[in-house]
Amino acid sequence: MKFRAKIIDVGCLNHFTRVVNTISKLTKTCILRLTPDNLYFVLSGKISSGGVSMWCELSQANFFDEYQLEGVAPDANEICLEVTPENLSRALRTVQNAKCVKIKLTKKHCPCLTFAAELPTLSSISRVVTHDIPVDVIPRRLWQDFKEPKMPDFDVGIYLPPLKTMKNVVDRMKNLSNFLVMEANLNGEMNLKIETDLVSVTTHFKDLGNPPWGGDGSQGRSQSRDPELMAHTRVDIRKLQQFLMGQQVNPSKAMCNIVHKRIIHLILLHEDVSLQYFIPAVA
Amino acid sequence: MNCVVTGGNVKVLAKAIHSLSRIGDELYLEPQEGGLALRSVNSSRSAYACFLFSPLFFSRYTSPCGQAFRCKMSIKCVQAVFRSLSSLEKTVEKCHIELDGDKSRLTFTLHCKHGLLKTHNLSFQDSESLLAVFDKDSCSNVLRAQPRLLVDTVLHFPPALEEVTLSVSGERVWFRNHLEDEPEQSKAMLTELCLSSDEFDHFAIGAQSSITFCLKELRGLLVFAESTGLPISVHFDQPGSPVVLSVTDSVLEVNFVLATLSDDSNLRNHNNNSTKRAQSPPPPDDFMNDDIDSYLIAMETSDLAGPPDAVAPRQQTSSRTPTTQPPVADHRRESEEEEEEEEDTERPPNKKFRSLFFGSVCPNDSQLTNQTMKSQEVLASDSEDDTQSGCP
Repeated sequence: MKFRAKIIDVGCLNHFTRVVNTISKLTKTCILRLTPDNLYFVLSGKISSGGVSMWCELSQANFFDEYQLEGVAPDANEICLEVTPENLSRALRTVQNAKCVKIKLTKKHCPCLTFAAELPTLSSISRVVTHDIPVDVIPRRLWQDFKEPKMPDFDVGIYLPPLKTMKNVVDRMKNLSNFLVMEANLNGEMNLKIETDLVSVTTHFKDLGNPPWGGDGSQGRSQSRDPELMAHTRVDIRKLQQFLMGQQVNPSKAMCNIVHKRIIHLILLHEDVSLQYFIPAVA
Repeated sequence: MNCVVTGGNVKVLAKAIHSLSRIGDELYLEPQEGGLALRSVNSSRSAYACFLFSPLFFSRYTSPCGQAFRCKMSIKCVQAVFRSLSSLEKTVEKCHIELDGDKSRLTFTLHCKHGLLKTHNLSFQDSESLLAVFDKDSCSNVLRAQPRLLVDTVLHFPPALEEVTLSVSGERVWFRNHLEDEPEQSKAMLTELCLSSDEFDHFAIGAQSSITFCLKELRGLLVFAESTGLPISVHFDQPGSPVVLSVTDSVLEVNFVLATLSDDSNLRNHNNNSTKRAQSPPPPDDFMNDDIDSYLIAMETSDLAGPPDAVAPRQQTSSRTPTTQPPVADHRRESEEEEEEEEDTERPPNKKFRSLFFGSVCPNDSQLTNQTMKSQEVLASDSEDDTQSGCP
């Protein structure tokens, strides 16, 4: 089991840092799955994490100038680690002006992801900073828990309004209620609602557009649907807020799939990064 | 005492007060012939700071003639006088400090723009002299660096980190975070920064050494040094003897004396870390080495189950360190120490900082005769004495 990667380009370093920062805002611990082509940050919907799950996929070639991986076995050329994204984020934060950052899997006092950065100095010799971040190696028998979640058979898929706008709305609503109802239809309309004994607040968004999920069968339920009919799901407002607050990816596309009364599935796409976030419904 | 500070020096004085406030709760003030001394010490007496402003620092300075006068007051009150550093810089033209011994009042008068006067009358208590005993000139290792270098170094460590280990050997300096013996240690992130001697203004290493001290006070001094742009000198010896951080200029002298962890606790910490890491600094050119096989580390998942084998490295380190105790005795002593710590919950922090001022620095007793608390061990008394007399 070997892993080594290197980032030289400052743009890539910056981008990678933003992705890691986003992840660190969403969860305290998660799984980092390394494959020859991709990196995945995975959170599987455990009860302890409030049932939310996350799947973030990065294509290694777009971030790393060098990337070498030797998985646990020839027939399973992968490495699965449990990491604390906050630590990764901290390690990356202090090396933003580095000439070069190397990430490698090492065995120190325990298995570690070691970030080694070469920092520029006025002298001829560089300054070198290393961060050893302890990780847990996930044995192969548990890997099945961290497979890519299936695209749910959703009722409505919709493009999201600018996330900043949405964040402002959700931030205000959070002061009034712990739960939020998100509803949308196939006519490009989406509402964010809260209802308490004292007050009902709804924010309406329209002309958002519905993504054309082409022929992959997953949109079976949405095809024969009345475009005006709303699908709605009630979620923990904190989970949604966390998602909106932490994101630093500046997605080129942001969308949401709603399975009526079951789950909302948020997707952010940005060139080489995709982030999916699942928030379960609460009764 | 009667003195006046003008212009940019008001800010220097304010920064000094803020730096001192990172050390202790009380400010010891002593006007002397040679200038005004401001001092502070922390509650466990493991950190001490002294700012000595020479008479030239002031536009007017008169010290009390005759008998020496010393007083102390709550540092928070003095800090309140210089609360907002930014507005201070813009508005205060002159600061007048006057000590009225008869009324027991220390008066700070800030002369601001537009003729505005702000007067703070502070009460004080008489106090003993506060003087740390240290001799930075006898330290075998001296580093001097621009504050920026140390600020950039400290930046890599988390704000919550308490102690940092500084190691020197050959042409390099390492900073790494020091971790207490805790079960969760395996979950803690280790950070290490390697600096080349070129980055220091002065680099004189007499003996390879590795010391551990508190980061908080260093950060405090950095606030001061960075604002004044003055280089910081670090004087140190072996683990257990204090490190002296100093900043000097023609009109002021600053010394921060910090306790360092004594050797046996250092050793213990090292044993829990990887021994390679602790004992010998990693090969300097590790980073430049691009031969993948030389540092990719093969791991088997099955190996990870058991705890790391701590026995072998411990013996190794014991024999390598200049200790008079045979390794076995060392084991026994350490385990006894640990037991004691569990029993004695009243002891302050269970760290092994050896007291700074009292005996550990100056072995020569004659120099200490005027020290009231000559050989007192203040913090976490060195348990060697207890155990040696206690065991059969």
